[in-house]
Amino acid sequence: MSRRLRTALTPYALIFPGGIWLAIFFVVPMVVMLSLSLQSGSVEDGYAFTWNWHSYVDGLTNYHDQIIRSVIYGLSSTVIQIVIGFPVAYWIAFKGGRRKSVYLFLLLLPFLVSFVLRTISWQFLLSDNGMLLGPLKGIGLLPEDFRVLATPYAVIGGLAYNFLPFMVLPMYVALERIDPRVLEAAQDLYASRFQTFLRVVLPLSLPGVFAGVLMTFVPATSDYVNASVLGGTNTTMIGNVIQNQYLITQDYPTASALSFTLMALLLVGIFAYARALGTEDVLEVAAR
Amino acid sequence: MTDIQAGTGAVVAAAPVSADVPAIELDSVVKDYVSHGEVVQAVKGVSLSIAEGEFFSLLGPSGCGKTTTMRMIAGFEEPTRGSVRLRGEDVTNVPPNRRDVNMVFQSYALFPHMSVWENVAFGLKRKKVPADEIKRRVGDILEVVDLVGREKRRPREMSGGQQQRVALARALVNRPRALLLDEPLGALDLKLRQAMQIELKRIQRDVGITFVYVTHDQNEALTMSDRIAVMNDGLVEQLADPREIYERPATKFVAGFIGTSNLLSGTVRQVTGATAVLSFGAGDQVMVPADGTAGVGDTVDLTVRPEKITISTEQPAGDLSIVRGTVAEVVYLGTYNSYTVVLADGADITVFQQNAHDSTITAGRGDTVWLSWQPRHSYALR
Ligand SMILES: Nc1ncnc2c1ncn2[C@@H]1O[C@H](COP(=O)(O)OP(=O)(O)OP(=O)(O)O)[C@@H](O)[C@H]1O
Ligand SMILES: [Mg+2]
Repeated sequence: MSRRLRTALTPYALIFPGGIWLAIFFVVPMVVMLSLSLQSGSVEDGYAFTWNWHSYVDGLTNYHDQIIRSVIYGLSSTVIQIVIGFPVAYWIAFKGGRRKSVYLFLLLLPFLVSFVLRTISWQFLLSDNGMLLGPLKGIGLLPEDFRVLATPYAVIGGLAYNFLPFMVLPMYVALERIDPRVLEAAQDLYASRFQTFLRVVLPLSLPGVFAGVLMTFVPATSDYVNASVLGGTNTTMIGNVIQNQYLITQDYPTASALSFTLMALLLVGIFAYARALGTEDVLEVAAR
Repeated sequence: MTDIQAGTGAVVAAAPVSADVPAIELDSVVKDYVSHGEVVQAVKGVSLSIAEGEFFSLLGPSGCGKTTTMRMIAGFEEPTRGSVRLRGEDVTNVPPNRRDVNMVFQSYALFPHMSVWENVAFGLKRKKVPADEIKRRVGDILEVVDLVGREKRRPREMSGGQQQRVALARALVNRPRALLLDEPLGALDLKLRQAMQIELKRIQRDVGITFVYVTHDQNEALTMSDRIAVMNDGLVEQLADPREIYERPATKFVAGFIGTSNLLSGTVRQVTGATAVLSFGAGDQVMVPADGTAGVGDTVDLTVRPEKITISTEQPAGDLSIVRGTVAEVVYLGTYNSYTVVLADGADITVFQQNAHDSTITAGRGDTVWLSWQPRHSYALR
């Protein structure tokens, strides 16, 4: 092979494995699902492609409550993660000293356990007379009928807990690479500690927060494990509906239509969010 | 030019301006660091007094404590002992944001998320200077550093030299009592470095602000400074103007660190009046000013610069210091020749001889030569 030809082919050779992977495990199922969502029929008689738009309309009319609820849960858990995660990321990045990697490892330690198992352990913790509420009720601090499980708080808490590392890690990365000299320069230019944080640390950490929000809001909004393990009948999320439609009712068109509706909503949300934050700038700083 | 905006009052109030109150004073300043459970004394007792409007350099090898000294002036480090005064005011425990000095960092430390204009305006905004005045002052200073038209650029869109000037403008715009520069030209290539040296000196003259300049480059320090403190191992070895540092190094260390110099040591043979005569080998006589401390029989170290020495193939006459040796090496260096001459006691002496058309002498390797110089050109060292 001539040198020039090889040079020309190298990029394609490099993306070939990834490209094949994407084609088989992403593009093909997407196309299959898209076609499913436009079919009609029943499990017994089989489904046929009929350009049936009704699955979309029906999905939205029947399940808009669950969709809205999912977005609210997703947003709430994301906000909680920012509030909890930012100080953690900040502390590890600036005060972690030589043990930074130890702290990061500790943060990730619970996540070596399976997602479902972790969520079930939360169920134990939060159960009506469990380790947390039992003693509190025993000494009369809480009324007998007080419960957390099966409330929105349990689901949002579970979501916030389960995706926390995906929030902390990108924020940590952004904070960690802030040059300490730049913070000294701010102080040298008459900025107090608070002003230094507000004018320098915070703006420079935004790309990390941006990435963290993307990585947690999307999976939290479409999650179904937390709602099914920690939630009740009033906390059903759209993920639970889709799972139910696929695996129990086996109404594949409705399930697929709901999946695409959710995906479209999330994509629109992400683009609006990127716009609002001025991604261009944010990504530029991230690429520094 | 050194008036300070009243602002928030966060900055230490201006002391009455008086010519004899030094801009910066360090009084027996010591800094200990603890690392890995061990105490490292970075600065071991430095006292300095830097005058208003002076271009003052801290010069010394890597690790001698220059940065630490400067960081104590800026307020980033608190001295373990001793005190720091700015225009007579004790600021030893005042944090950096309340000290009216500004620092130019070696790596520039520009704010990457801000434009040039925002970078430069940062300090004035924190001091709550009115918007129209900020606009005027930022505009003025960008003109001084020749960055007009680049206000909207981000630091990473600029060359090293431009970033350097932004860093300078960002500090100067505040009209601080003193500007602290920590090897500000260290990251630039030689050409740009020389251009910026001239530029910095011009700016310093224009704005009349005290500059404290850290460098380990002796040429930079010699060409730019009004006075130089040569530091070694946490202490100031000599504090003097460039000429004196070069011509009359006070210690062995300074003599060795600045320029090329020859170190000799000899025994005092006799002391007559203000002159001590040292002897090396047979026929040698070296005279140094007697300071009254060395008596007959004592060993004295002395230094003489290569360009002060005359080399000749015959024994010179007159009231000169004379030593005899053998040429070990001759190197032609364009405008001058460099000779390496070995003395009887094994010491190497470097001699520079100008290639002026009629003074060229011809001594080759292995020739016996006499080296002579005026007694006032060699000094006994501490
Ligand atoms: N934060 C610190 N912790 C421990 N030791 C330190 C610290 N900062 C400096 N030192 C030590 O103090 C000594 C002086 O350091 P300093 O940075 O002042 O040297 P310098 O003269 O600026 O050198 P250079 O020319 O290399 O910048 C060095 O031995 C250094 O290792
Ligand atoms: Mg240094």
